[in-house]
Amino acid sequence: MTDQTFSLWVYLSQTPLLWLVVTLSAYAIADRISQAFKRHPLCNPVLIAVVSVALVLWVTSTSYPVYFEGAKFVHFLLGPATVALAIPLYENRRIVLRSIIPMMVALVVGSVTAIVSAVAVAQMFGMPNSVLISLAPKSVTAPVGMGITEALGGDPSLTAILIMLTGVAGSIMVTPLMNSLRMKDWRARGFAVGLASHGIGTARAFQVNSLAGTFAGIAMGLNALVTALLLPFVLKLLLD
Amino acid sequence: MIVSLTLILFCQLLGEVVARGFGWPLPGPVLGMLFLLVFLTLRDSIRTKVPEFGRALDGTGKGLLAHLSLLFIPASVGVIQRLDVLAEHGLGLAVALIVSTLVTLVVTVVTFVVVSRLSGSSMEDNGEVPSRD
Repeated sequence: MTDQTFSLWVYLSQTPLLWLVVTLSAYAIADRISQAFKRHPLCNPVLIAVVSVALVLWVTSTSYPVYFEGAKFVHFLLGPATVALAIPLYENRRIVLRSIIPMMVALVVGSVTAIVSAVAVAQMFGMPNSVLISLAPKSVTAPVGMGITEALGGDPSLTAILIMLTGVAGSIMVTPLMNSLRMKDWRARGFAVGLASHGIGTARAFQVNSLAGTFAGIAMGLNALVTALLLPFVLKLLLD
Repeated sequence: MIVSLTLILFCQLLGEVVARGFGWPLPGPVLGMLFLLVFLTLRDSIRTKVPEFGRALDGTGKGLLAHLSLLFIPASVGVIQRLDVLAEHGLGLAVALIVSTLVTLVVTVVTFVVVSRLSGSSMEDNGEVPSRD
């Protein structure tokens, strides 16, 4: 590199602008790829974009905090997007109110299943308690899950990653799984993916069907609450 | 659009204030969603007098939700910081995540459908499932 291009790189790599553009481009490309494959589950736009951004950071030896300085503007919109879930929820309010009983039962059963199954499998691999605690809230939306882990003495940054991987895994699995089970109820399909795979699952559900997306959003919100309340007790039973 | 965005952010702010103020284990934005829901309910009654009231809100909100996937990218890239733990417990964590997610999806969907039938709120005949979507 010549001195001039090098100083341009030093300047750009430290401004939020570059990493904001990288994030948006990675998404735009990943979304096109996903569309080109007719939203095939394996062409998950989050997964493709995350891998591409990670490669760019690796090639340019950029640290995550420097990247996040730019990407945080996109990250910030997660909050308003969660608030905006009220809009499809209100539009579908009649169906939602009609479904209140199955929702509540599926919520408690699913929430406990998500915690117990993850911890039980990890115990079979002999993982230390600190990893088990960090794994337990993996189906909950990231801000809540990290808070739970922190309160119980786990590692919140590990939780954040496990949450992300759970989201991607669920959104890849859900469509083929539900089709093979012959589940035709969009409410149930959406609710399951929102509960098991929080916001990333909800994003997938909205791509497939807006009613499914609405129920996924509800499940994500409710599961955050139920897991925060239940997890300390369930974990005590499992780890003692 | 600016008014709608302000309203959404205001609901989030209110949610954060209430959640932190009372020390509830609920994230501010989830409470904010409830506040926006209250607003939407009120909007319907105001609209009978002022039909233009809050009309842009639906477009702004749906615009945000249409690209929900994008918003998870910055946090997810954080995976590069913890590749060491993933390498150490990688196999066990992968099996635990995949098995648990699969079991949770199946248990939740089956519970929902069964209880829905038992409680007489079944909706399975509405809408079709495309072979691949």
